[in-house]
Amino acid sequence: MSEFLQQLLNGLSLGAIYALIALGYTMVYGVLRFINFAHSDVFMVGAFIGYYLGKLVPEGTLWGGLLVLSGAMIGCALLGMFIERVVYRPLRHGPTLNVLITAIGVSLLLEYTGQIVFGAAPRTFPQIFPTANYHVGSLTISSNQVFVIGVAILLMIALQLIVFKTKIGTAMRAVSLNPKAAQLVGVNNNVVISFTFGLGSALAAAGGILYAMNYPSIDPLMGVMPGLKAFVAAILGGIGNIPGAALGGLLLGTVETFIGGSQFSTYKDAIAFAILIVILLFKPAGLLGKFTIEKV
Amino acid sequence: MIVPGLQFFRHLRLIKSAGLSFVAALAPAAFTTAAAAESAPEPIKIGVYASLTGKEAVWGQSAEKATRLAVDDVNAAGGVLGRPLHAIIEDNQSKPGESVTAVRKLISRDKVVAILGEASSGRSLEAAPICQQARIPMISGGSNPKVTQVGNFIFRTHFIDPFQGTVMSRFAREKLGAKRLALLTEVTNAYAVGLAKYFSADAAAHQTPIVIEQKYSAGERDFKAQLTAIKAAQVDAIFVPGYYTEAGLIVAQARELGLNLPVLGGDGWEGPQLLAIGGPALRDTYYCNNFSSESDVPETRRFIERYQTRFQSMPGGTAADAYDAVLMLTDAIKRAGSTESEKIRTALATTRGLRGVGGPLNVDANRDQLKPAYILGYNSGDYHLVQVIQP
Repeated sequence: MSEFLQQLLNGLSLGAIYALIALGYTMVYGVLRFINFAHSDVFMVGAFIGYYLGKLVPEGTLWGGLLVLSGAMIGCALLGMFIERVVYRPLRHGPTLNVLITAIGVSLLLEYTGQIVFGAAPRTFPQIFPTANYHVGSLTISSNQVFVIGVAILLMIALQLIVFKTKIGTAMRAVSLNPKAAQLVGVNNNVVISFTFGLGSALAAAGGILYAMNYPSIDPLMGVMPGLKAFVAAILGGIGNIPGAALGGLLLGTVETFIGGSQFSTYKDAIAFAILIVILLFKPAGLLGKFTIEKV
Repeated sequence: MIVPGLQFFRHLRLIKSAGLSFVAALAPAAFTTAAAAESAPEPIKIGVYASLTGKEAVWGQSAEKATRLAVDDVNAAGGVLGRPLHAIIEDNQSKPGESVTAVRKLISRDKVVAILGEASSGRSLEAAPICQQARIPMISGGSNPKVTQVGNFIFRTHFIDPFQGTVMSRFAREKLGAKRLALLTEVTNAYAVGLAKYFSADAAAHQTPIVIEQKYSAGERDFKAQLTAIKAAQVDAIFVPGYYTEAGLIVAQARELGLNLPVLGGDGWEGPQLLAIGGPALRDTYYCNNFSSESDVPETRRFIERYQTRFQSMPGGTAADAYDAVLMLTDAIKRAGSTESEKIRTALATTRGLRGVGGPLNVDANRDQLKPAYILGYNSGDYHLVQVIQP
């Protein structure tokens, strides 16, 4: 039983990170109907900003950690908006496929620029937050796990509030529903899209920092696997759907951990992806997605 | 074709400066032969492939430094057969597949007389068939027995995994008193799979069974699932036959889960990143290496001193292997009295009692080495020598 609970906790803390990255994929998809493949590399840049900022603040202090976290989030928000402005906006009225291919290009550009700027060798992420281990019965909970789950939940609540309770959130939903109509009623689509990229990239940065805290070895290609998993999580939950992305992330992280702890650990990715296929067979729009029929 | 062409252009430039450019156009061949006779003897080219960048960059970079140190030492002492050594070093980015490209380039374009490299058995296994096919001697720093089994042109400077696996299993049993053992193997790594096999074989033969074996793949960062399963299996020690990049994360995560058991590893654990990631969590961890900075062998001491003054860093086992590979090769070329690959190969196969910086070099019938193993244990911030086990 305690092994089950321990694995559940491990899975949730991994899934929380997937969820944070998945949110960025899903938000951009919701507004622009394309998959921003460069998102997983913004996640990597977030971790590296954290790495450099982490050297400036004293290690293992709460305020220092929060400073690093918010610094990385702001840095990546700017990066996300910059990428959108320079790369995606000129292509917005072209076919979606062009933007998709460009996104892959931006992703590779970030990865290999990272290899030149940061070097290809892995680096050790500093311990930016204070750490401790708690024992509850036979369960061992590390402060990092608590922190990851806590921050992820807080950020998801904040996102939900932004999307549903603020003016810009209403505008985001309007653009997502029908960009032309939104423009007609006075929504500035460019501002909304910029904001969406900024918000998604900030969440990716938070994911990057949390990931690096739990697994303190970072390199320029670190975003590839978590990015792929988060993309799957976004589809699993129903792409374009915010609570769906969170659910998909948590589910994927938990399933992966349970298989990882069984004798089939080598197959954990294969089984996780097989589950995705099965779910999509029965619910083609994902767990929480709504299936809409295209009207011709 | 390329070399005479280049020389031609170089002479062309010299002649131009003398205002005699028209002569060059008339008789370039005559100038080339005349210049070759008076210039320095042609260097002996050796090819090195190493992981200069990427995941295991630490090994490649220290191997590169040690190779340069060794080549400079040989050249300072007058070179080999009156000719200087020239090392051409190629990067394989720690990636699978890249070593093949690098080695093919070294053999076909640079026309090297031998290939040296590398510390990773997996990547050595990629390069070995190319060298064997081209009949170019290769000296690897890998420990997997399959490397030298590729063919009679493949040699090594390192001890082999059956020895290393036995040493660690015996250490767990005799020094740590472990009765039940766990394995956490990197299944995408030929070295780790081989080492796990020899460790389990010895453990099973001595009634200290492996009660649980968990697996992971290269580049993974989350090991809590596997470690939680190991924790539930109630073992006395864990053997992690992987590389330093993952080993640090594994130990740190094990301690986070309250798994305060001895964790053992092989020579793949060597790398400063292990200490940087693991930190104090590494207490009660041990690994086996072919080199110890605390060794009192005079050759080793001298090597450490000179490496440190030149590069301001501590050499590790991969540096010692790279240095010894150059040593083994120059010794063989001297004894062969030629740079013909067949003759070098025959001379390499009869290497006996050569005093390397990482221990004595003796090539046995399988082209493997019998060298002592150093068991290192973590204590207050660094790894220190715990035990030396002779073969």
